[in-house]
Amino acid sequence: MNVAVAKTGKGRAVSDLFTSAEGRLPGSPAVTAVRREAFETYERLGLPHRRLEEWKYTDLRALVGEVLPLAASPDAATLKRAADAVKVHAIDGARKLVLVDGVFAADLSDVKALVAEAGFKTLRETLDKDAGLLKTASIDAMIALNAAMATDGVVLSIADGAKLSAPIQIIHIATAASASAFTRSQVAVGKGARATIVETFVAAGAKAYQVNDAVLVSVGDDSDVAHIRLMDDAPDAVNVTSQFVTIGANVKFNFFNMTTGAAVSRLQGFIALAGEGSELSANGVNLLKKTEHGDTTLVVDHAVPNCVSREIFRAVVDDRGHSVFQGRIIVRPDAQKTDGKMMTRALLLSDEAEADNKPELEIFADDVSCGHGATAGALDDSLLFYLKARGLPEKQAQALLIQAFVGEAIEQIADDGLREHVIGVAERWLERRQ
Amino acid sequence: MHHLNKLDTKMALLEVKDLKVRVEEREILHGLTLTVNEGEIHAIMGPNGSGKSTLSHVIAGKPGYEVTDGQILFKGEDLLEMEPNERAAKGVFLAFQYPVEIPGVATMNFLRTALNAQRKARGEDEYSTPDFLKKVREVSKSLNIPQDMLKRGVNVGFSGGEKKRNEVLQMALFEPSLCILDEMDSGLDIDALRIAADGVNALRSPKRSMVVITHYQRLLNYIVPDVVHVMSKGRVVKSGGKELALELEASGYAQFEDAA
Ligand SMILES: Nc1ncnc2c1ncn2[C@@H]1O[C@H](COP(=O)(O)OP(=O)(O)OP(=O)(O)O)[C@@H](O)[C@H]1O
Ligand SMILES: [Mg+2]
Repeated sequence: MNVAVAKTGKGRAVSDLFTSAEGRLPGSPAVTAVRREAFETYERLGLPHRRLEEWKYTDLRALVGEVLPLAASPDAATLKRAADAVKVHAIDGARKLVLVDGVFAADLSDVKALVAEAGFKTLRETLDKDAGLLKTASIDAMIALNAAMATDGVVLSIADGAKLSAPIQIIHIATAASASAFTRSQVAVGKGARATIVETFVAAGAKAYQVNDAVLVSVGDDSDVAHIRLMDDAPDAVNVTSQFVTIGANVKFNFFNMTTGAAVSRLQGFIALAGEGSELSANGVNLLKKTEHGDTTLVVDHAVPNCVSREIFRAVVDDRGHSVFQGRIIVRPDAQKTDGKMMTRALLLSDEAEADNKPELEIFADDVSCGHGATAGALDDSLLFYLKARGLPEKQAQALLIQAFVGEAIEQIADDGLREHVIGVAERWLERRQ
Repeated sequence: MHHLNKLDTKMALLEVKDLKVRVEEREILHGLTLTVNEGEIHAIMGPNGSGKSTLSHVIAGKPGYEVTDGQILFKGEDLLEMEPNERAAKGVFLAFQYPVEIPGVATMNFLRTALNAQRKARGEDEYSTPDFLKKVREVSKSLNIPQDMLKRGVNVGFSGGEKKRNEVLQMALFEPSLCILDEMDSGLDIDALRIAADGVNALRSPKRSMVVITHYQRLLNYIVPDVVHVMSKGRVVKSGGKELALELEASGYAQFEDAA
């Protein structure tokens, strides 16, 4: 080949990333072919950069530089560390599915209790015969890279009419320093079902690691699904997660993401309302400090008439943090009577904190009610003074106002127990500030 | 000398000495002097814009005011060196003329957090939840504040009168040694005024002093002051006994304008 070898910042050839990992990537020869093709796409595109409209505010070339090599498979010592982390981050009563450095850890998971109510496989198992899960209709470099490199994930199917008695919590744990984990999962919910999925990203001692995760969710008609994500990574980590959701008719889908860590993070969600009469509530919170960069990008696609979508996003940015919210609502020509609203607010706790808000409406139908709003500002001095005059020290007064501010998004979580859990994670972030 | 002689033997709780304060380059207080002894009730009256709220804000530590001269001592300590929360923990309480609304911060949570922050700063144990709830229930009942109001955000959707009663509730909970009431009577109907004033009177004690800022003699019928001060153009221009308030009610402030 007469093409110059693309080099990463540290002189490693980009293709080494794949060739050095290939022997460890699960799948049949057909799957390997799909992976190779996906990697070629990634090689051609390279890390996303600011000249791409979708990545304008999150220039991974500048922020990340290079993709780190694949993490080693977990051994007994790392699994022990992961087990300790699971204890800290597990939600009471939830069925846990644990991925350690991108590999499913059966011993740390509640597979037995889960399979009584839902179908479960690992990604590794499905790739023995089928490359389907690696295919996504997207030309995003990070998603292509995920398809090429995904080592494992969870594949869940929830049958028609099944009402899960407990939340399923997928816990991603990083234990390997200076390495990458690639995971891809699927959640297929049947008709008239009820399920709650929680995803938690945390570190167990790992530093400077990278996560690239993809989740494919489909929700059948008349179902009620909550999907809550907590990106609570180590302060020097990188986490790019892509989420695809397709929603049937008369569905209630309650989505929430909170970012409380990572040097660089991005959640890119693509949510398609494909059946009439559905209600989407998609909300998020970024809590950022130091030089953290947190990007929440949500595309809500109204493909059919009579759906409602609501987005509430709150960013709290301290020090030299940088929050990005990109929200796009697309209303296709057929999607009459769409009711779509999005409201994003940023709270800047320091003069150097930055928040970029890019709400966009792309409306191709004429009988719709859509709107968006965005604000950014500091804490209200008169409220701060009132609290201080009542005895609260500065940081505690701020914490109370910050909690109230993010509360507007968190209170959209319908389940009391989960809401309390999320509030707890936010409170820990606030305590670290004090 | 505007001190009443019989009070001079008491301990001074608050001493404001020749205080000069600027807001945005404009001097608002031009050398104000005021001493409040332990256990006394002082009333401050004076026309709109004479600087009454400014004085109360500077005592509480509100940012945005530049003290260019003078001193404020509280129990002999330099108040101007302290953060607002330190002043609160030491026993300074300002019932605001315009209490702010704080959406998303439940009143109960706020009350508990504030009370415990003050106690912690003083090295006291935090209140247990049952003790705290009992105390809030007692005080709110005596002030005719319904329990469901306490579940709402601080002052959110409260009527003007309810906001003022919420200030008195906090005063009763925090048990400060200096209470400054900035126009507690404005926006209160006659019954609410009586209830709030009863609440304030219940807090009278030989160790607690109050500074009651008002435009109306009526409040002083309920909360009877030991000393009445007239403020005009950023100074105390006259001090006297409670009869001074009646005099003002009859003749207005015009006589003091020149003195200022
Ligand atoms: N933040 C500010 N910026 C500019 N001027 C101010 C500010 N706060 C107060 N002032 C001015 O200072 C003067 C005194 O105001 P202050 O509120 O202390 O008066 P007051 O005696 O409490 O009046 P009222 O009886 O109407 O409550 C007024 O002329 C007011 O306009
Ligand atoms: Mg005033």
